[in-house]
Amino acid sequence: MSMMKGGLRLALIAALLASGAAHGVAYEPGHWNMPVGVTEMSRTVFGLHMLIFWVCVGIAVLVFGAMFYSVFAHRKSRHPKPADFHESTAVEIAWTVVPFVILVLMAIPAAGTLVKMEDMRGSEVSIKVTGFQWKWQYEYLDQGVSFYSTLHADSNRARQLHSGIDPNSVPNYLLEVDNRLVVPTGKKLRFLITANDVIHAWWVPDLAVKKDAIPGFVNEMWAIVETPGIYRGVCAELCGRDHGFMPIVVEAVEPAKYEQWLAARKAGQPTDIGHGPARSDVAAASNVASDAVAAVPAQASSEPAAPAAASADGEKVYNAQCAACHQPTGKGMPPSFPALVGSAIVNGPAAAHIQHTLKGKNLMPPFARLSDADIAAAVTHERTSWGNQGGAVTAEQVRAQRGK
Amino acid sequence: MSHDHAHAGHADDHHHGPVQLSDGFGKWILRWITTTNHKDLGTLYLLLSCTMFLIGGLMSLVIRAELWMPGLQFVDPEFFNQMTTLHALVMIFGGVMPGFVGLANWMVPMQVGAGDLALPRVNNWGFWILPFAFTMLLSGLFMDSGAPAGGWTMYPPLVLQTGSSFPMLIFAVHLMGISSITGAINVVVTILNMRAPGMTLLKLPLFSWTWLVTGYLLIATMPVLAGAVTMLLTDKYFATSFFSAAGGGDPVMFQHIFWFFGHPEVYILILPAFGVISTIIPTFARKRLFGYDSMVYAVASIAFLSFIVWAHHMFTVGMPLAGELFFMFATMLIAVPTGVKVFNWIATMWRGAMTFETPMLFAIAFVFLFTIGGFSGLMLAIAPADFQYHDTYFVVAHFHYVLVPGAVFAIIAAVYYWIPKWTGVMYNETLGKLHFWLSAIFINVLFFPQHFIGLAGMQRRVPDYALAFADVNEWSSIGAFGFFVAQFLMLYNFARCVWFRGGMQKATARVWEGAHGLEWTVPSPAPYHTFEVPPVLPPDESTVVWDEADEVVTGNKG
Repeated sequence: MSMMKGGLRLALIAALLASGAAHGVAYEPGHWNMPVGVTEMSRTVFGLHMLIFWVCVGIAVLVFGAMFYSVFAHRKSRHPKPADFHESTAVEIAWTVVPFVILVLMAIPAAGTLVKMEDMRGSEVSIKVTGFQWKWQYEYLDQGVSFYSTLHADSNRARQLHSGIDPNSVPNYLLEVDNRLVVPTGKKLRFLITANDVIHAWWVPDLAVKKDAIPGFVNEMWAIVETPGIYRGVCAELCGRDHGFMPIVVEAVEPAKYEQWLAARKAGQPTDIGHGPARSDVAAASNVASDAVAAVPAQASSEPAAPAAASADGEKVYNAQCAACHQPTGKGMPPSFPALVGSAIVNGPAAAHIQHTLKGKNLMPPFARLSDADIAAAVTHERTSWGNQGGAVTAEQVRAQRGK
Repeated sequence: MSHDHAHAGHADDHHHGPVQLSDGFGKWILRWITTTNHKDLGTLYLLLSCTMFLIGGLMSLVIRAELWMPGLQFVDPEFFNQMTTLHALVMIFGGVMPGFVGLANWMVPMQVGAGDLALPRVNNWGFWILPFAFTMLLSGLFMDSGAPAGGWTMYPPLVLQTGSSFPMLIFAVHLMGISSITGAINVVVTILNMRAPGMTLLKLPLFSWTWLVTGYLLIATMPVLAGAVTMLLTDKYFATSFFSAAGGGDPVMFQHIFWFFGHPEVYILILPAFGVISTIIPTFARKRLFGYDSMVYAVASIAFLSFIVWAHHMFTVGMPLAGELFFMFATMLIAVPTGVKVFNWIATMWRGAMTFETPMLFAIAFVFLFTIGGFSGLMLAIAPADFQYHDTYFVVAHFHYVLVPGAVFAIIAAVYYWIPKWTGVMYNETLGKLHFWLSAIFINVLFFPQHFIGLAGMQRRVPDYALAFADVNEWSSIGAFGFFVAQFLMLYNFARCVWFRGGMQKATARVWEGAHGLEWTVPSPAPYHTFEVPPVLPPDESTVVWDEADEVVTGNKG
């Protein structure tokens, strides 16, 4: 029965690990349990999790203990004459009632926690979270601040099939974004969760929040983050090809810092809070472009953005905004995501192509939030790459198409 | 009623006997296509199940190869999603369900003393639908737009992004559903109408009992699934908006309808397994099943509860508090009858005289590992904790524990247990035990560590993951390849029994010292036609489930 013993031993090791790692954080190497997290609710959930776990371990020791004792002692070689009992009303009632009582005792704290979780009253900061294939949009309600958050460029390069880049060389591989969600500590945050295309789920283990983002519906949940820090999460609901590549990064800062950040965001100034680490391998010249990309989404999407540096690198914008669907090769993923190579729109009149980009179509979201220069750069990249013959467009042409 | 009656058809075997390959290839093929014999169809179902397990297993190897290391080494994420989607559909609808239908075909008529299933032509039709269904399902792999990749749960709106394989998926599900319903009706009608005289319902062998209940679950839920996928079809092609919020529909409604089918479905996959284990443990403990009546009531309670717990698959969709509380409490309640079953199995073993032939080893592993899956299931029932577990590898570990060392081990145990009756020769016990130990070890290497990466934050259905999960995924992948390779020992062993019997030990009619039930009263291999005249059971308290007779069961003494 060495397998059985092995299983039990593993369970015991697991239990020890679980009880020992009281300060674990999600995604930390060597951490093998649910994180305790940084909210009162996450600690309560952790406590509930460990309580059920130990109840199960206790029952398992009794039940499997009896079974393996029987396997050992009641084998034919040791116990050749089988007993002939085959029912006992008293015993059967006992092992119906006792588990029932244990379940009731477990249900009480679980129900209490659930009631608290659903209590949305008294929230101080409301953030609308919208899932897209495959990025998140964060809108600070009543603040006019809104931006998109996508997988960090370093991770994005390394995660391509046959990229040749060792994921171990990428800091926070698959868990870093370009724009982090910045929240104040000590305030009751209310998250309003929805989606634009398919169902996603917004999950940050350290905050013990997970809710489905459903197109056409708005879900709510709340959290009070106690400790400043960076808390990572992922999309938990299968949402298509790049489901595994739309992480969440929450940066919790002191309220005063948060106010500063908010003010800077509103003014459209770059700030070092809320940005993923600088891209490691971009030349100084194109840094201008990537900063422009990062800063522009801070503008409320209704205001046309100021023209960015004329040197905006079309391929960079394309890879950040378009490549998730249309692929870095421009070949797309038909039928959901059409190829741009040889496409009639890309090789046709510039005005139609720009309109398509500004307004979106079917699954494709509108990109009017980008600056004229960025759109011009990305559209030019599409029209002049992979053998396409559409010809370059200018930021002026893009501006002329806005509002049409 | 004599022993001979049971196979009185022997004399005219020449008339009724099956066409053999030596009678001509064309005739032989036609025999299998047109057969209405429950044993032939049982064999066909089991062969289909085995083929599908191999195909689904290969898909899981693609998944585990890609997950072996962080980064994408082998497949595009879209193809990865096709693999997870098809792996689930193939394993559930192609592996486990036909596996249990095959066992029911072979064993239900023999256990209740019936000559065949009640509706033999329907039986033939039900089987021959399936190869077409799975051809359609897998055809997407050869289409430019690829196979379905939206998950086996087919949630809209994502599933509506499927390309040309979408209608193939929908019609394949329709066909599988029709096949399941025909099989279920056949089993239910046979058990209710064709039991041997004297076999009251509370003398029915447990495997047949669990199949009776499973039959009702199938009849109740498969039409619901068919309705759900038909609505998907019209949403995609006929401009309806059942599940589109933009048109006034509700994407969450699909999930409610799907899981109203889906939760009973998981009991469809496990109840016959309970029946198999309740048959095997008494045989090898040489002791009557403890608490037969409470086993039957437990199965019925689980079946009832399975209809009122569906939304525990959807705790994170944003249900009202009252809904979350109800589904949490109802789900926790399932632990009670399930616990009763586990306790009864152990009480059956208690003070028995156990031997550990391969079927018993698999049955004990079932009790142990299925119960671990039950514990994680109980944890998942706790809604506030489920918010953390949901859609992580903790869930993946949970349902693979109940499905692989649960349902699949039960099918394997059942085939080891009954194959001497089917083929007339004993499988190789040494190879069988080796197969068991390798399977039991590798399955735990494969799935046990997944609990922990799930808790630590790894979500389901992703082709790549954060570096913290690299070690555990590597162990899991090693376990997966080991488990897959180990299954060829079983295939070799069974292939010897079926086709290459040279040197194999002949099986007796009773086969196992502690075996009881009508199926053991007929010779091994079982003749092509059994119980053309039903055996009569004595109206006393002794049952077919348990009887002290040495060679022949009660019924044939009178």
